[in-house]
Parts: sequence; C-alpha cells; structure tokens
Amino acid sequence: MNAMLHATLHDLGPVLALILFGFLPNEVWRLVGLMLVRGLDEKSQIIVWVRAVATAMLAGVMAQLILSTSGPLAGIPVGVRVGAAALGFVAFMAARRSVFVGVLTGEVVVLLGTYLFAA
Amino acid sequence: MPTEPERPPAHVAFQVFLDGLMAAARSVFFYVLVGNYVGMGALAHEVGFTFWWMALSTLLVWAAPAQVILLSTLTTASLWEVALAVTLTSVRFLPMVASILPVMRHPGVRQRDLLLPMHLTAISVWVEGMRLLPLMPAERRVAFYNGLGTGLISGALIGGAIGFVLAAKLPPLLGAALLFFTPMAILMSSARNSRTLIDGLSFALGLVVGPIVAAQKIGLDLMWTGLIAGTMAYAVHRLREARRARTP
Repeated sequence: MNAMLHATLHDLGPVLALILFGFLPNEVWRLVGLMLVRGLDEKSQIIVWVRAVATAMLAGVMAQLILSTSGPLAGIPVGVRVGAAALGFVAFMAARRSVFVGVLTGEVVVLLGTYLFAA
Repeated sequence: MPTEPERPPAHVAFQVFLDGLMAAARSVFFYVLVGNYVGMGALAHEVGFTFWWMALSTLLVWAAPAQVILLSTLTTASLWEVALAVTLTSVRFLPMVASILPVMRHPGVRQRDLLLPMHLTAISVWVEGMRLLPLMPAERRVAFYNGLGTGLISGALIGGAIGFVLAAKLPPLLGAALLFFTPMAILMSSARNSRTLIDGLSFALGLVVGPIVAAQKIGLDLMWTGLIAGTMAYAVHRLREARRARTP
C-alpha cells in the first residue's frame, strides 16, 4: 500500500489535514449546488423537488443524531435521547409552538436522563 | 419614476446586512449553536486540538455533524476514511444550496455574489433563510442572508471558544448533552416552519425513511433518505395540485 493511503494527521499537520480532508470533502457539495442551479428560479418544479429532498435529508440528519450508537452522543442512552426529543416536542406544542421552550425542555430532560441512567 | 435600481446602494446593503445580523441574534438557532459548539469546543480540547484550529474548522467547514466526525476520528482513523465520512454527511448541502440560492437570484445578482451565501449555508442558516427571505424584496436577500449567516457562525465561534476554555471543568457527559441541542432545534424549527403540505410531509417521511434506510446497511444513508422521502412528498404534492386544477 502506498504511503498516501495511510497518511495520518501526524504527517500533514492539523491545518493541512483540516483543509484537505475536512474542508474540501464538505465544501464540494455546496459548490455542486451552486453550479447546478445557474439560471433556475425558485418557482421551478425542479427546485420544489430539490427543496423536498433537502428537507427529508434534514429529518434524516436529526434521526441519525438521535439514534446513533457511535460518536460523542453514544454516552447518552438511546432511550434518554428519544424520550428527550418526545418530551421536548410535547412542550413545544404545549407552549404554542415555541422553539425556545421545546429545545430547553429537551435539553433539561437529556441532562437529567443522562445523570440518572448513563452507565 | 425611474426604474427600480437592480442593486441597492452600499449603505442600504450594509443596513440590510445588519438586519440579518439582528435576525440571527433573535433566532433560537443562535443560542442552540452556542450550546452545541460549547460541547464541540470541549471535545476539541479533550482530543488535543488547539483553540485556533477549532475556530478555523468552524469557519471553513461550518457543519456540526462533519466537525464532530473530524474531532472524533481525525486523530485515530486514516485520513481517507475521515474524508469519506465527512463527505457522506455533507451531501445535504447540495439540495440546500440548490434550493436557497434561487430565492436570492434576481437580475442584479452576479454568480460571484452567491459564493459567500453558498459557503454560509448550513442547517441553521438554511432553515431561517427559507423562512425569512421570501418576506423581503428580492434585491435585499443576498445582503440579509450574509448578515444572518455571519451572525449564526459567530454564535458557533463564541460557543466553541467558551467550550474550549471551560473544557477542563466540563464533565464529558455534559459536553455530549450539549451536542444534543442540534437535533432538538432541527426537529422543532422544522415543525414550526412547515406551513405547506410538501414541507411537513418531506420532514415526516424523512424521519420514517431515515432509520429504515440506515437499517438496510447499504451505505449513503442520507442521500437515499433524501431522494426517497423527498420524491414521495413531491409526488403527493403534484397529485394534489393536479386534482386541485381539475376541480373548478
């Protein structure tokens, strides 16, 4: 195997590694988005569909963060995360759709739940 | 009366930029980002990155899920694996940028004027931009969106700095709990903002399809979730429009 495949943070230094393996693979999607919509306007049917795809992906990101079993959130039991999201949503609805109230409630529940149930 | 100028004069554009900053300060996402990035800053400190590296990663990457991946894998996994994981979570920027930029485009806007709005597009800025931009005249939208994005990215920079400095005093589980701000804010802002059937339906279907796709372990989860759930919602929307057109 060649050395490039096994390049590590140590070989490149943290800033170059950030630019090559963090910034570029992330930014490429924004650039593609910019290129693709040259000349399209917000009312076009393609944009209506693209917006639906973006919204569905957003929901996907949320589900991933709540249900993920790896990464820094793994220390919080999945039951606590789902419960916090559900209770936060109930508070959001009860407070006449106040995002502040909902997010704060969810965060308090996740903190309490983590304190009580985390191994 | 002369025709309306296509580009607002500089002082107007600056005023609109400030309006955007103010809108960011009033947005729940500002506070959510501060909280979320406190968790991220603490994680950066724990893993051994410097204060400035953390700030640079926020400015350049400006995507919480990708930054979490960078922080938690950059020191351990191979860099190609890291790049692959980052690029898979960031697919969402393609449809986000592609749906928000046309809202800002009008005859006076050059392609290069859209580069900064493109880079500033992230979940929070997109959600707030989709809600607020249609409420204002088209020629103000670019400056407003730049203000909004700058304000929100500032919240992330402030949070990251606080987290980095406090890291030693912050229990790791509290740091993790702070990262939970993001999914909560996405959930509720989307529920609040979905005024049309297609918005609500795409989000609800995404919630259901996401975990199903993930369970299949076919990879590219987010892309498939977006394409399947988004297309289903769009199809329902078209069917309803067609039916409405037929009934007088």
